[in-house]
Amino acid sequence: MTYLRSVPADPPPEGGGSVGAHLAELLKRASLGDEGAFAEWYDATSARAFGLAVRVLRDRAQAEEVTQEAYLECWRHAARFDPAKGSAISWLLTIVHRKAVDRVRSAEASSRRDEAYSHKEQTVDHDSTAEAASASLEAKRVRAALSDLTLKQRQAVELAFLGGYTHTEVARMLDLPIGTAKTRIRDGLIRLRDALGVGEVAQA
Amino acid sequence: MSDIHALSGAYAVDALDDEERSQFERHLEVCPECRAEVRSFSETAALVAETSSETPPPSLRDSVLSGIGSIRPLPPVTAPTTTPADPASAPGTVHTLRRRTFPLLVAASVALILLAVGTFAWHPWSGSSTTNLADQIMQAPDAVRVTEPVPGGGKLTIVRSASLKRAVMVGSDVPAPKPGTTYQMWLQQPGLGMVSAGLMPDADQPTVLAGDAATAQAAAVSVEPETGSAQPTSDPIALFPLPTSTTGNGTT
Repeated sequence: MTYLRSVPADPPPEGGGSVGAHLAELLKRASLGDEGAFAEWYDATSARAFGLAVRVLRDRAQAEEVTQEAYLECWRHAARFDPAKGSAISWLLTIVHRKAVDRVRSAEASSRRDEAYSHKEQTVDHDSTAEAASASLEAKRVRAALSDLTLKQRQAVELAFLGGYTHTEVARMLDLPIGTAKTRIRDGLIRLRDALGVGEVAQA
Repeated sequence: MSDIHALSGAYAVDALDDEERSQFERHLEVCPECRAEVRSFSETAALVAETSSETPPPSLRDSVLSGIGSIRPLPPVTAPTTTPADPASAPGTVHTLRRRTFPLLVAASVALILLAVGTFAWHPWSGSSTTNLADQIMQAPDAVRVTEPVPGGGKLTIVRSASLKRAVMVGSDVPAPKPGTTYQMWLQQPGLGMVSAGLMPDADQPTVLAGDAATAQAAAVSVEPETGSAQPTSDPIALFPLPTSTTGNGTT
């Protein structure tokens, strides 16, 4: 039955809420070899995983590969997810993100570096690849919080997280002294975290 | 000190280069504040990812679900060895027996597991994969062992695999550290000196050293305050010179 359950449209990703608890429960069942639970987990999370991979890689074919690798890793390691230490969606997206970033950096031919500066504007226009998400209330809430950051904070967070650049690269791209970008990224994340009320979710 | 804390945000969004990342991961082992902060940032970043949500093609679902059919889920980690445990939990105890042996499990897909371990090295909520990794290192075809006696009794053995770039430390009959102290492992890295490779609260438990063991020129173990130190504060109880890696891929 689980296998046939319809796809939830776009559940909010709070780790502490019932949706978060449900996702953690699905992972738990998956760790016992329940493929149906894993299919449900995939359906509930794949848009976020794939969207993040596309955003970082800017290449749908590569994003598909990275997303697939990440899910296979989730399946293999489901037993090692510890809900006391973070939400299931955050666990998944961390894996996706690390893989995507590893890929852009290792494949980082000069081409992408050379384009680096041209991405500046795109990162400010953060709706460019996100039309599909526009209906999500959660996304609206996050966009509102992002727009409350200072421009430099937002650029730094977006270039680092969605762009896949190192803080040193971000500093160069934003004409910041080396060492300043990491502070901007951290300040931006703190402000976002507090604005989004993540504190209590991740208190573990 | 305060400088390394400032890397928490960049770490959480994968914006550190490899060297900074491994430095910060060693810092994470001894800094609960940074661990908590990184977790909260990871949750925040997960919400930011919400703005990029995009439905993948159905073919991806098929690939994933057919892929898992041939992959065996790993069991939970029962004895995390890189998380600083409480050394005072067994004050004064002298471990006279090795606590565990190494099952000679021949994994069907060693390469895949290693890939996975690489990614999972220090996501603070992922638990530790080091139990498997320790076995992998000890069973690597190029594993090299060096054993040194410990002044207080017992001996320590380091097993390094240059191809895996990792090393594991295990003691035999090494006395438990005094209450309030712990054993801490170190790797001497070119140009960086002694860099923490993690705590080893129970010396008789195999513990994987954090950091690239292929580039390291030496490894050491010292007695440190139980929260660990940024630099060794006492003479090492064991020092292991490590021959330069000959695999040729140690510094990529």
